[in-house]
Amino acid sequence: MDFISILSIFVMACFVGYYVVWSVTPALHTPLMAVTNAISSVIIVGALIAGAAGGSPTAKWLGLIAVALASVNIFGGFAVTARMLAMYKKKER
Amino acid sequence: MEHVAPPAWVMLAYLISGVFFILALRGLSSPATSQQGNRFGMAGMLIAVVTTLVTHEVASLPEILGAIAIGGGIGWVTARKIAMTDMPQLVAAFHSLVGMAAVLVAAAAFLNPVAFGIAGEDGLINPVSRVEMGLGIAIGAITFSGSVIAFLKLAGKMSGAPILLPLRHVINLGTLAAILGLIGYFTVDQSPWIFWTVTALAFLIGFLLIIPIGGADMPVVVSMLNSYSGWAAAAMGFTLHNTAMIITGALVGSSGAILSYIMCKAMNRSFISVIAGGFGAEAAVSSGEAKEQRPWKRGSAEDAAYMMQQAESVIIVPGYGMAVAQAQHILREMADVLKKQGVSVKYAIHPVAGRMPGHMNVLLAEASVPYDEVFELEDINSEFAQADVAFIIGANDVVNPAAKTDKTSPIYGMPVFDVDKAKTVFFVKRSMGGVGYAGVDNDVFYMDQTMMLLADAKKMCEDIVKALQH
Repeated sequence: MDFISILSIFVMACFVGYYVVWSVTPALHTPLMAVTNAISSVIIVGALIAGAAGGSPTAKWLGLIAVALASVNIFGGFAVTARMLAMYKKKER
Repeated sequence: MEHVAPPAWVMLAYLISGVFFILALRGLSSPATSQQGNRFGMAGMLIAVVTTLVTHEVASLPEILGAIAIGGGIGWVTARKIAMTDMPQLVAAFHSLVGMAAVLVAAAAFLNPVAFGIAGEDGLINPVSRVEMGLGIAIGAITFSGSVIAFLKLAGKMSGAPILLPLRHVINLGTLAAILGLIGYFTVDQSPWIFWTVTALAFLIGFLLIIPIGGADMPVVVSMLNSYSGWAAAAMGFTLHNTAMIITGALVGSSGAILSYIMCKAMNRSFISVIAGGFGAEAAVSSGEAKEQRPWKRGSAEDAAYMMQQAESVIIVPGYGMAVAQAQHILREMADVLKKQGVSVKYAIHPVAGRMPGHMNVLLAEASVPYDEVFELEDINSEFAQADVAFIIGANDVVNPAAKTDKTSPIYGMPVFDVDKAKTVFFVKRSMGGVGYAGVDNDVFYMDQTMMLLADAKKMCEDIVKALQH
């Protein structure tokens, strides 16, 4: 992909993000932060590439540490979001 | 070596993963769809991870699975055990991990550019990629050190008071300029010292940026760091030409930015003034001397119980003090008893109540308060005029009428609850001595219809529940 296609995706995604986030109800702003935390750990993709590659042992170990850190976030972030969301209940009628 | 375009299905898989992340946020528009949204998020992450693993030659699968297991285990256990009141510091800690992961990935890409497909034919890294990874490592490092300070302040392991260095604005702007200048120079000279200096300066400025910011400005800081962690992921997505990372980075980046904006607006402060820091430090000094003694009334738990039983409608205004006292459960019990006796009970939440956006809502949800009894500022503020009782528990600045009338007040212009219009006000507070975060006195204490309930919030609610059941 050339730089301009990537930039286009990025700019469009910023707009999508803008509208989607404004539609989030304020009551769920804490779960929003927890889940954005979890999904920003998609940086694990870069960590996996570094950890999987041969060539530089230092780069590999940096990658593996990054995989572990991102995993804390992925599992922790989604689990804590699920835990919070399960608590939001409507009035029993 | 130029970037070899991956097969179409791989690009498609990352795109689907990105779309699933959008759906994850979309689900949060209502509590009813939110759990479904969270599952979309998990599915998106699974797709991204599996796609990466099957399309790369993995020389070290056991190590990778080990790293995922260790990290995942720690994350999972933490998420199960953490108390809801500790959520702000948990989120700050998670932000620091994303920041550190971005730093490590950028460093790995610098050391092994061939594996990332960003090396040119001469073995040097493409100039565009150098800017992207320079930005990635800088934003990642700022996110890391900033979040560590935010974590320490939120967890009470470091004083929440602003720490003001002399000449801090000059130092910060200078450091920032140096980082940007070095990243620019990095495009013509790929020497390692430039890369590592950028990293070191970025760690430093993240630390310097957050230490002057006080405890109650943390909602803005946590949102801002949330935003940074997104931009760091996006920068690395540019380096790796990865759609999932770019979409996610943009989503998280805008999410954090919007939350920061909402928080600033709810305090009537500019983003710049929050970031410049020091709020509350000067005001606390000046109000100490010129404080007149005014008469106020002290109420008891029995008074509160009696008045609320007689009331038709009660509006509860919770604040950070409720979280500190862990009073949310007993507060809900109090509301339950009142509701059984035919009193209408509602909760009013200010956008900046607590230490992170939505903090009070989560605590009330934890205490099984139905979310349709919880209202935002603009939805409920007009109802105080008809309410018989406003019950303020652990909040202060968000009910201060000075924000509406006193142009010299540091909180002037901040939207506040009109509790002064309620027929009776109960103000649960530990002592008369303490002032709110802004360090200003609150006229509500001295109104005719106000009774101060001076006690620990949890203890006071327990006593009221006892009195109600007599």
